[in-house]
Amino acid sequence: MKVIILGAGQVGSSVAATLASEANDITIVDLDAQRIRELQDRLDLRVVQGHASHPDVLRRAGAEDADMILAVTNSDETNMVACQIAYTLFHTPTKIARVRAKAYLTHPEIFSQEALPIDVLISPEQVVTEYIQRLIEFPEALQVLDFANGKVRLVAVRAYHGGPLVGDELKTLREHMPGIQTRVAAIFRRGKPIIPKGDTIIEVDDEVFFIAARKNIRVVMSELRSLVKPVKRIIITGGGNIGKRLAKALENDYQVKVIDHNLEHSREISAELEKTIVLHGDAADANLLLEENIENTDVFCSMTNDDEANILSAMLAKRLGARKVMAIINRGEYVDLVQSDLIDIAISPQQVTIGSLLAHVRRGDVAVVHSLRRGAAEAIEAVAHGDSKSSKVVDRLIGDIKLPLGATIGAIVRKDEVLIANSKLMIEAEDHVILFVIDKKQIIEVERLFQVGVSFF
Amino acid sequence: MQRAAVQRILGLLLMLSSITMVPPVLVSWIYNDGATLPFILAFCLTLIVGLICWFPVRKFRKEMRLRDGFVVVVMFWVVLGLGGAVPLVLSAQPTLSVTDAVFESLSGLTTTGATVITGLDTLPHAILYYRQQLQWLGGMGIIVLAVAVLPMLGIGGMQLYRAETPGPMKDNKLTPRITETAKALWYIYLGLTVSCAIAYWIAGMSAFDAIAHSFSTVAIGGFSTHDQSMGYFDSALIESVAVVFMLLAGVNFSLHFIAWRNFTLRPYFSDEEFKTYIKLLFLVAVVTITYLFLTSTFGSFGSALHHGIFQVVSIGTTTGFTTAEYHNWPGFLPVLLLLISFVGGCAGSTGGGMKVIRVLLLFKQGSREVVRLVHPNAQLPVKMSGKVLEERVIDSVWGFFSLYMACFSVMALILAASGLDLITAFSAVAACMNNLGPGLGEVGLSYSGINDIAKWVLCFAMLLGRLEIFTLLVLFTPAFWRK
Repeated sequence: MKVIILGAGQVGSSVAATLASEANDITIVDLDAQRIRELQDRLDLRVVQGHASHPDVLRRAGAEDADMILAVTNSDETNMVACQIAYTLFHTPTKIARVRAKAYLTHPEIFSQEALPIDVLISPEQVVTEYIQRLIEFPEALQVLDFANGKVRLVAVRAYHGGPLVGDELKTLREHMPGIQTRVAAIFRRGKPIIPKGDTIIEVDDEVFFIAARKNIRVVMSELRSLVKPVKRIIITGGGNIGKRLAKALENDYQVKVIDHNLEHSREISAELEKTIVLHGDAADANLLLEENIENTDVFCSMTNDDEANILSAMLAKRLGARKVMAIINRGEYVDLVQSDLIDIAISPQQVTIGSLLAHVRRGDVAVVHSLRRGAAEAIEAVAHGDSKSSKVVDRLIGDIKLPLGATIGAIVRKDEVLIANSKLMIEAEDHVILFVIDKKQIIEVERLFQVGVSFF
Repeated sequence: MQRAAVQRILGLLLMLSSITMVPPVLVSWIYNDGATLPFILAFCLTLIVGLICWFPVRKFRKEMRLRDGFVVVVMFWVVLGLGGAVPLVLSAQPTLSVTDAVFESLSGLTTTGATVITGLDTLPHAILYYRQQLQWLGGMGIIVLAVAVLPMLGIGGMQLYRAETPGPMKDNKLTPRITETAKALWYIYLGLTVSCAIAYWIAGMSAFDAIAHSFSTVAIGGFSTHDQSMGYFDSALIESVAVVFMLLAGVNFSLHFIAWRNFTLRPYFSDEEFKTYIKLLFLVAVVTITYLFLTSTFGSFGSALHHGIFQVVSIGTTTGFTTAEYHNWPGFLPVLLLLISFVGGCAGSTGGGMKVIRVLLLFKQGSREVVRLVHPNAQLPVKMSGKVLEERVIDSVWGFFSLYMACFSVMALILAASGLDLITAFSAVAACMNNLGPGLGEVGLSYSGINDIAKWVLCFAMLLGRLEIFTLLVLFTPAFWRK
């Protein structure tokens, strides 16, 4: 697939890295010649230096035969104009743009085909905010991912001592929880994937991915570890794009405090937020944290745009007694250093965001993609089309589908009904099938399964 | 340096290159000239050496780093140059010493076209074909070919590609993916070769000669299957075909690519390097023809015209075909022609020399200093085709120029010390470093008369020229080997 990425910022370059490794033709455009040269040295892609919305720059980037344009420069206006130009001059089929400003987003009619033809609007900050919100809703989980508009969720939990299921075989799941359906999609033991079978035994410290309907998640989690009491007090550091959104989303249900080091900026956000207490100060200042009752804080979120500051303030908060600490960490290498040891949850914004873009790159009708474990694994919601003749999945029992090794079907959403997968279940047309793929190399085969064949034998 | 990574890629490349011994075997069968055995032996040898390199480290899966790229490229060219000499040493006819065989093989691969063999017309067809094929493979760069064919080189392929392609700015990819870029280059190369062969054939060459000469024309090599080179055919039509294809092959291949994809000639005329290339050759041709006519070297204006044009294009693009003994031309002409070979072809072409764009940049930089004297406060960016160039590129061009001259002087002095007269020494180094071929004085027709030390130095000069100095010299710096 030929993709043009406008803007080599954090989102742009991490998407480029993921897509280039999947043998797509990537061209990346940015004003900063130094930055794109570094990218070209590291990745197999082409770079064009210039203003992303100028037609001649787009033409040089190969817009004439591009399949998709992804505008993620830091200017909303550039992104929107670039999509408009790609549509008018080059008829680019898929146009995705990042638009941050609420002022635009509150008028969806702006983005209609007649006005500013943008097919998909993404807002990475919004995606990250929602992701963190779900983690706060389930403080026991490492990851909570939505499928089919939240009807089904994929949850990652670390198995602890005291979880009733820990030490038992997976097939005893039903006896443990009569009437509740769930499916374990994958287990990661010391970083290595294990394909779950009936006789697999869950050990302490395993990272277990399970799929269940939204209402059952808490019950399943309680089998793997003891539940903690729900979150009440939250401290967020950094009142930037993500911090502010998060505070706004949480302030009605929790007691939220935001710490920002910039006086001017903290005044601004205090004006915007209703119930949140905005503090001006240094998030790595132990006295300030102690004054603000850090030992009784349930969740401490480091959300500044500085990785090192996030890591240090989160570590400090943990030391001072915060029950659970999360930090935004952009650098992949840091995530491995601190995750689970020093910091409970490291959030990589790129990885959270990239899924929403991958859904448009995947062949076949793919509704949702979540990238997991730094891009090594993937969870996909694909829609089955066609009939028993044209499709490789429709009208077949799950047990009969030839899935590549390491891919499992976790659940099916049929209209509003959630069906947890078992080998006797039949897939029908228009079902949303949720799959878990342990090794990204198998994605192509999975894509192929869900493509409707042209031949009708 | 990661030894295992280098060894693995090198082994793979060697195994791949052993295939190039197959076509000469076929040629030998067709003409039944009895030269099959050396090629079969060489095939087995290259394959086995490659296998020995690759097998112990076949499971090594780490990405190549920047340094590994240089080592792989240089090692590959050296090993291939040596391996390429194997059939020449083994064959009964011609009888070549190891030195001569290596010289001939490297001269072929680096598209120099300097030969130590005389009596070409009586050699087996397989050997003749093999020499032309060496040039053809070396022309676009055998590593570029490998990048196109072996997708697993991946991003490491970019390192290799950059170490091999000529020109000061190597980051301009034609397509997003390096494999596709390499493929595109080879398709253009192949297309040019096929059309060149057909044109030669129509113009009156035999099929064998047409194919053989198309190889060395499009590769800007200069090997011929006849002692008299292009002069053997004595046909203005064939010479015109050669002139057209030498000119085309001396142009940056990315211009061909863009022009072909958009079906327009505009890219050529908006490219400053191309315009300078054509203007320069035109100017030199006018001077040469006028001087030849005034000194009545040839009988008529007509023959002065066609010899003049052919020789200027052949030497200016660093091909090195000859129709007349240009080293015996009167006055300053031989030196003028040798000097113009320093300019050579365009960046990203198969031509040798320092490349037009570098010379153009040096000239612009020079005239900028003059303007600066008049306007001390002026902002004077150096532009190329309307775009401002980074200072870094200009710096690297200066570095290139000074190293080129330094290497040239040192090697010329060594040659003179080894017993060659000054004209021969200087022209031989110039002709080899610029990948031109025929020089002046003793090396005007053939290099067979010079001593072995000189030949080895010239081998090094040819590699220096083909790999554009930096790639080769970087291996000789202590900083490169420091852990």
